[in-house]
Amino acid sequence: MSEQNKRRFEHVIRERWCKGCNICVAFCPKQVLELKNGKVFAARPESCIGCKLCELRCPDFAIEIHEVIEGKAEGRDAAHLDFSVSPEAEHD
Amino acid sequence: MSDSLKYFRQNRLPHIWCPGCGHGTITGAIIRAIAKLKLDKNRIVVVSGIGCSSRAPGYLDFDTLHTTHGRALAFATGIKLSRPDLKVIVMTGDGDATAIGGNHFIHAARRNIDITTIVMNNAIYGMTSGQYSPMTPVGMLGTTAPYGTVERPFDLAKMAIASGASYVARATSYHVQLLEEVIEKALLNKGFSVVEAVSQCPTYFGRKNKIGSAVDMLNMFKEHAVNVKAAAVMAPEKLEGKFLIGELHNQSAPEFTEEYQKLIEGVRRKFDNFQGGVRECAQNSD
Amino acid sequence: MTNAKLMQGNEACTLGALAAGLEFFAGYPITPSTEIAELCSEELPKIGGKFIQMEDEIGSIAAIIGASLTGRKSMTATSGPGFSLMQENLGYASLTEVPIVIINVQRVGPSTGMPTSLAQGDVMQARWGTHGDHPVVVLAPGNVKECFELTVKAFNIAEDYRVPVVVLSDEVIGHMREKVVLPEAKDIKVSTRATPEAPGGYLPYKADPDGGVPLMAPFGAGYRYHVTGLFHDDTGFPSNKGEVADVLLRRLQRKVEKAEPVIRDYAVESVDDCDVLVVAFGSSAMSALSAVRQARAKGVKAGLFRPKTIWPFPEEPLHDIATRAKRVIVAEMNLGQLVLEIERVVGGKAPVEKLGKINGELFKPEEILAAIMGGQR
Repeated sequence: MSEQNKRRFEHVIRERWCKGCNICVAFCPKQVLELKNGKVFAARPESCIGCKLCELRCPDFAIEIHEVIEGKAEGRDAAHLDFSVSPEAEHD
Repeated sequence: MSDSLKYFRQNRLPHIWCPGCGHGTITGAIIRAIAKLKLDKNRIVVVSGIGCSSRAPGYLDFDTLHTTHGRALAFATGIKLSRPDLKVIVMTGDGDATAIGGNHFIHAARRNIDITTIVMNNAIYGMTSGQYSPMTPVGMLGTTAPYGTVERPFDLAKMAIASGASYVARATSYHVQLLEEVIEKALLNKGFSVVEAVSQCPTYFGRKNKIGSAVDMLNMFKEHAVNVKAAAVMAPEKLEGKFLIGELHNQSAPEFTEEYQKLIEGVRRKFDNFQGGVRECAQNSD
Repeated sequence: MTNAKLMQGNEACTLGALAAGLEFFAGYPITPSTEIAELCSEELPKIGGKFIQMEDEIGSIAAIIGASLTGRKSMTATSGPGFSLMQENLGYASLTEVPIVIINVQRVGPSTGMPTSLAQGDVMQARWGTHGDHPVVVLAPGNVKECFELTVKAFNIAEDYRVPVVVLSDEVIGHMREKVVLPEAKDIKVSTRATPEAPGGYLPYKADPDGGVPLMAPFGAGYRYHVTGLFHDDTGFPSNKGEVADVLLRRLQRKVEKAEPVIRDYAVESVDDCDVLVVAFGSSAMSALSAVRQARAKGVKAGLFRPKTIWPFPEEPLHDIATRAKRVIVAEMNLGQLVLEIERVVGGKAPVEKLGKINGELFKPEEILAAIMGGQR
């Protein structure tokens, strides 16, 4: 498959929700993901095939896969709140 | 997930469950099934009992009810019978549903009341830090089974089927696509639906029984689960020590609240001159 | 001739509930309350209401809390053993402030006891049966008509104050029949819980800390709010903070304290100049009334104070009357429960004598008369 029409994917990661459980890293069929100081990140995003198993298995809803469609500007998704803000309601 | 994010109370996240706990995965599967079916958020009520599993409704953007231990199905029965137009979902755990809640479980199934029940089975009492439960396999350890449990666990699916549930399925937090699929069918089933969602508890069950990390537990699910369709063509000895996943029972039956509605309509036709309020009591019961 | 009817106490409870707007009943058969469930199963479908016989009393109270959360007036009925099973969820309804009514038709306990025999041994259980401090209101009918009236009142209190209300009846009141003239529907005051205007910014447990009652939205109307048995803040979400718990529980307590003078209900007989005050409620009060009248006929200044609101106890009126009396006799079908409250209220200003009976047979008026006269020797 030539380089041009190879599908590419963006890894949206909500770091504050990720607990570094390693499930996504372990079960990614293409070893795309790694943990860095307890948080997931896409080490080899170009290897991603968009199977979304990481997203489906993540217990914390902390990773989301978006296909990068050429020419279509990937606008900021309004639903993406700034997750670095800690919630006002405290946790027990 | 982004289109299903709107079903979460995002300001309540991150949730309380331990790193690697399967309950988050199962909750995600439920939400994705709801999103796929485009159910109306304003007509969903999620009811839970007590335990790790039962903290789930707090994170979901519906009318949510966190009740007493084992009683979610009884509360839910009141909600569903009172308002049959609402989609009622119960999120419960193995202890909550089959130990203290066992009586309500079998009766809700017997009635075939239209409630979708997700039993997050991690074979342990996690919230109280690791006691064995009615679903803990024989010989496994728990803080109250330091020498291994000698009790045989329930087969939750068979119990549900025998009690009258019209849809019963099992999946695991490893088999997430299957899990979402059976949850979707459970939500669509007009009657009592049970999905046993096998879930990993790395903090207690995994550590106490030396199974390892969440990843190791998921691999254990992968190796020990056999899809019911595959099992049908496998030699019995190959199924030794395995458990079945997939759709285990799907047989529609009269749904309780619909039958009760018919009863009401029949009674009202008979008493058509009825105005309600203070009235002649036709029969003096004694 | 108005519609006078010969009616059973349990039946009057059901008709009172229906008059108050009952739409949902969940219960479990138990003597001596079962007639209430039977009549509900017969009457509710006629008005599109729902009846369900649950698998046990725990499920019964759970189901009525669920139904009440969808905006429907709900009730259950039971007796001692079932009432004991209901305690945890009664506390849940108390903390989550879900209006429900529980009819407890007392029988001889503890344990299976004497199912068809009279007792009044659940007085303290009705107040303190569940764990932890919690508000609850308990009303005690003294005749068949009051079974109707106090069940209506129970619903109104539950709806106005969002608190569980127990109608503490007993085997005699529940099973006896009396000629009763029930009020017309139009003459019955029925109140319904205050609800918010519309979804959006709804804080399910926001209320004046001094006994305020939060607005209650029904499930399924777009509010999408959370209810939990854990202590919670205004948002309804769980909180472990000490100050949140302190404010919440004090507010719940204050609700009933502030309600007391408003819901206070009692009957008296010749208490203006009474030397010997008899205090009795429920079926015991029928015998006490006869005894008081016989004593008066013998020239003894006896009087009767009959509380209909048991909890919160009508302290003020009893205190005023009791302090003028020389002796106070508390006649109740147990080994001494309400008497403890009366001793507290009388506060030593007059000797309080316990007259208990636990053989399952209602006081004979002569037995109470003897106690009244006894002091005269």
